[in-house]
Amino acid sequence: MATTTTLAKADEGTATATHAARIEHVSKSYPGPTGQQLVLDDISLDVAPGEFVTLLGASGCGKSTLLNLVAGLDRPSAGAITTDGRPALMFQEHALFPWLTAGKNIELALKLRGVPKSERRDKAEELLELVRLKGAHGKRVHELSGGMRQRVAMARALAQESKLLLMDEPFAALDAITRDVLHDELTRIWRETRLSVLFVTHNVREAVRLAERVVLLSSRPGRVAREWTVGIPQPRRIEDAQVAELSVEITEELRGEIRRHGQH
Amino acid sequence: MASTDTTRPAKEGGDLAGLEAGLDALETVQQGRTPFRQTLVEKILPPAVAVLLVLAVWQGLVSFEIVDDPTKLPAPSDVWHVVHQAWLQGELLGYIWTSVSRGLSGFLLALLIGTPLGLLVSRVKFVRAAIGPILSGLQSLPSVAWVPPAVIWLGLNNSMMYAVILLGAVPSIANGLVSGVDQVSPLFFRAGRTLGATGLKGTWHIVLPAALPGYVAGLKQGWAFSWRSLMAAEIIASFPDLGVGLGQLLENGRNASDMAMVFEAILLILIVGIAIDLLIFSPLERWVLRSRGLLVRS
Repeated sequence: MATTTTLAKADEGTATATHAARIEHVSKSYPGPTGQQLVLDDISLDVAPGEFVTLLGASGCGKSTLLNLVAGLDRPSAGAITTDGRPALMFQEHALFPWLTAGKNIELALKLRGVPKSERRDKAEELLELVRLKGAHGKRVHELSGGMRQRVAMARALAQESKLLLMDEPFAALDAITRDVLHDELTRIWRETRLSVLFVTHNVREAVRLAERVVLLSSRPGRVAREWTVGIPQPRRIEDAQVAELSVEITEELRGEIRRHGQH
Repeated sequence: MASTDTTRPAKEGGDLAGLEAGLDALETVQQGRTPFRQTLVEKILPPAVAVLLVLAVWQGLVSFEIVDDPTKLPAPSDVWHVVHQAWLQGELLGYIWTSVSRGLSGFLLALLIGTPLGLLVSRVKFVRAAIGPILSGLQSLPSVAWVPPAVIWLGLNNSMMYAVILLGAVPSIANGLVSGVDQVSPLFFRAGRTLGATGLKGTWHIVLPAALPGYVAGLKQGWAFSWRSLMAAEIIASFPDLGVGLGQLLENGRNASDMAMVFEAILLILIVGIAIDLLIFSPLERWVLRSRGLLVRS
């Protein structure tokens, strides 16, 4: 269980920080063909330490844009975002570097964080064990299956020892069986590491399956439409009756949001 | 890991690990090595047959006296004789070494200049707008055009040859790196930035390795250009004190109206060019592509 001890360090800061991420009145616009195009409009959202929040929305709601802003890859046009340290980010594509082996990908993250060379190999092995890929250290990225790649990507993100993990539809490109398994894995790892997670998806059931809180964004521009607290105890299953019930309710709301766009 | 399972209900249970191991095993593709026999039949045999055919036609032209003037077309055996003599007199390796050492050291110099130049052009917008088009334009300029000015500026010496090699190879290497960087998925830059690889760290850990396939293609072309430029320079600047390289050998053959020697020089130039590519650049390229899963087995 060495993995939990190394990763538990993330907890030390949470005693003082009251938010893993704080998004305050954030707007973002891009220059478009008809002047400035407003993508995000006055979004306010807090992620508490150790909380799992999903951002849910149809296309055009700017959920990926918001995630990029939180990751610091882009700047908001208005408002402020504060995070407790630099967040880690996982993409829909695994974004592993194909010129490195699975293990070396993780070691690069450790190196860039300043972990001494002598410790990197062991830490990488620990992280691979955490995502149940023991023995995959020397594997090339193209030798791994889609699910394995996302697990290595998860291990690489965890190597940053950030307090906040941002996930941009990380399982959208996987087949249903693999996705289910990775949901279980993510829940397990989230509970073991007590990370805060901000997870973007357009899949309602996935949002309900994973999150403690589901935030629905409206589209064009993206605004916080509604929030749900998911009280169903973890671990859940995507086919659980309670998950299905809440999903139906959220889907209705989401469809209502989408319908508004067809009316004018 | 089993100890953590106690807090969870049985439905998630320990079977997740087993399920995952099963999925991993099902989805992992096994790859074996191509058997040698297949390599022989598919890769080695066809070019060998082609070479033998050319030799047969050549021998036929001479034997059936279709071309019966040995000052125009020497027999393959005459050319072989000349090569053999040069080998026996210990001159053959000298010719080759003179040219290859010039070519490779010129190429290494071009590498040292072309790499930072390419990096600068690909990463700095102003530099790219300023000299990017010139750099690609230079690629289409035959490097032999640089021989006359180089002779006037530097005289008939080795520096002049290096200058011509550099002018031929630097644009290729720099352009290769630029197109390599351009083809890198923006995703890698974003991933690199979230991991903290910015500035020089980003260049070293992300940009350069990501651009390696394009860069190696540029190196390959850079070598071809170096070799051609050098031969042009050696033919024009054949001055005895400079040592006899393959270009000078060709020029000497022409002066002596010794067609067998001319053919000997042409063949050696061709073979050395191919050999360097086969021994250095092709394996390098294959290694880069294979390690990234970019080489499709055919």
